[in-house]
Amino acid sequence: MKQLKIVIIDYGVGNTHSVSNAIKHLGYKQLKISDNEQTIKEADVLILPGVGAFDECMKNLKDSHLDTILGEQVLENKKPILGICVGMQMMAEFSEENGIHQGLNWIHGMVKKLDLPKNFAVPHVGWNNVTIEHNEPIFSRNDENCNFYFDHSYYFHCNEEYVSAWCDYGVKITAAVQQDNIFGVQFHPEKSQTNGLKLFRSFFNSI
Amino acid sequence: MLKKRIAATLLVKDGIVVQSIGFNKYLPVGKPAIAVEYLNQWGIDEIILLDISATCKQISPDYSMIKKASLKCYVPLSVGGGITEVRHIRELMHCGADKLSLNQSAIFNTDLISEAAHIFGNQCVVVSIDGVKVGNGYCVYDYIKKTNLKISPAEMASKAEEAGAGEILINSVDRDGMYSGYDIELINSVCEKVTIPVIGCGGAKNAKDMIDLFQNTSVSAACAGNFFHFTEHSVNVTKASILKSINVRLETYANYKENNINEDFRLSKKADSVLEEMLFMRIEKEVI
Repeated sequence: MKQLKIVIIDYGVGNTHSVSNAIKHLGYKQLKISDNEQTIKEADVLILPGVGAFDECMKNLKDSHLDTILGEQVLENKKPILGICVGMQMMAEFSEENGIHQGLNWIHGMVKKLDLPKNFAVPHVGWNNVTIEHNEPIFSRNDENCNFYFDHSYYFHCNEEYVSAWCDYGVKITAAVQQDNIFGVQFHPEKSQTNGLKLFRSFFNSI
Repeated sequence: MLKKRIAATLLVKDGIVVQSIGFNKYLPVGKPAIAVEYLNQWGIDEIILLDISATCKQISPDYSMIKKASLKCYVPLSVGGGITEVRHIRELMHCGADKLSLNQSAIFNTDLISEAAHIFGNQCVVVSIDGVKVGNGYCVYDYIKKTNLKISPAEMASKAEEAGAGEILINSVDRDGMYSGYDIELINSVCEKVTIPVIGCGGAKNAKDMIDLFQNTSVSAACAGNFFHFTEHSVNVTKASILKSINVRLETYANYKENNINEDFRLSKKADSVLEEMLFMRIEKEVI
């Protein structure tokens, strides 16, 4: 196993400890939770976790200048990054959660409130099976139709070419996006038991 | 399609997981970290860890206990007990909690629900309500003062939803630890009042009670505490029984899909010939 330098971006509101627990379980030892520019520069791969409201998360990223630091690493240096939940949503151009707010603008698309048929509760909480459009790289170890844990009220609305997996909750919901070195998942792999651990393994092995 | 969830509650009193009976008797079960690890391995969908001593003693949540418990928890972990301020929530998130469960704070300080929902998102805030039967209706039970409040669980759930809660955990005081099945009427009264997901709790004895709950209410999750503690692979065996009538997630390496389950919802013994064959069967370890 290649010991990658993994950095989980710490911006105050993510569930960083949960993500770190899951990755450590897989045996990766050079793992850091940090907001330090130097540490982020030296990393092989970045994880942008997320639990929280879009505006609060973006504000925290901007306050600590992480938006520019990450932009440089991801867009210019092409460092692989995996965004989780709000971490993925922040990769969009903007979001309509608590008013219109600008995102990191890495993947063309916007974050919208789930607009569901009657009898479908918001937030979309629980285990849902995903339909995988692109196996490589992050889903290469997962079975078709496997379950992941979702917990969100907003979703990433984008062009189909970026969607690597989706799920069905009355409407088709983007479950994962990818574009070059940028990956994002709406569900929580750190909370999806074995399926989530497999996803982390596939992601790290592809680097 | 979204699956119905099977959740486990771990009641923690003075750092030890306990079995609770009627909100007044408690029997020790073991360390929270061990209980979490096993439930996780057996394929539970969610764990709700409630520290019932923190609020009683008016102390902050036991962060070190949560940190240890979350270490091997790869399913969502909701934590409750002792949360009165936003800084408690922030600290809990750093200790591995994914959601928080508000009970007393939800009764006396609805602003905390709104504040937490605004910072951490609605999906992060679970409001836990204890309901008790009084006459023909139900009241919210205050487990600290041990009194019934004037508000009904359904009204309180509706107020919590308005304030920004993302889920409601409704627990029956009368059924707690009684193994007499869920209080369908109580749980329905809450389901009818809110549009957010509801988790039903209190009284489950086996898979049948959970199937009943899913068939007679619109809950998203069935929760049990006590009965998961006492048998090996309790979660995956229960899920294998439920899966015959309700769409639940069963993805554990040992899934019992092919096993026969008897009328008490326990595994039936396999035929001797099968067992003999199994002696020579090599079972590969799951590699991730």
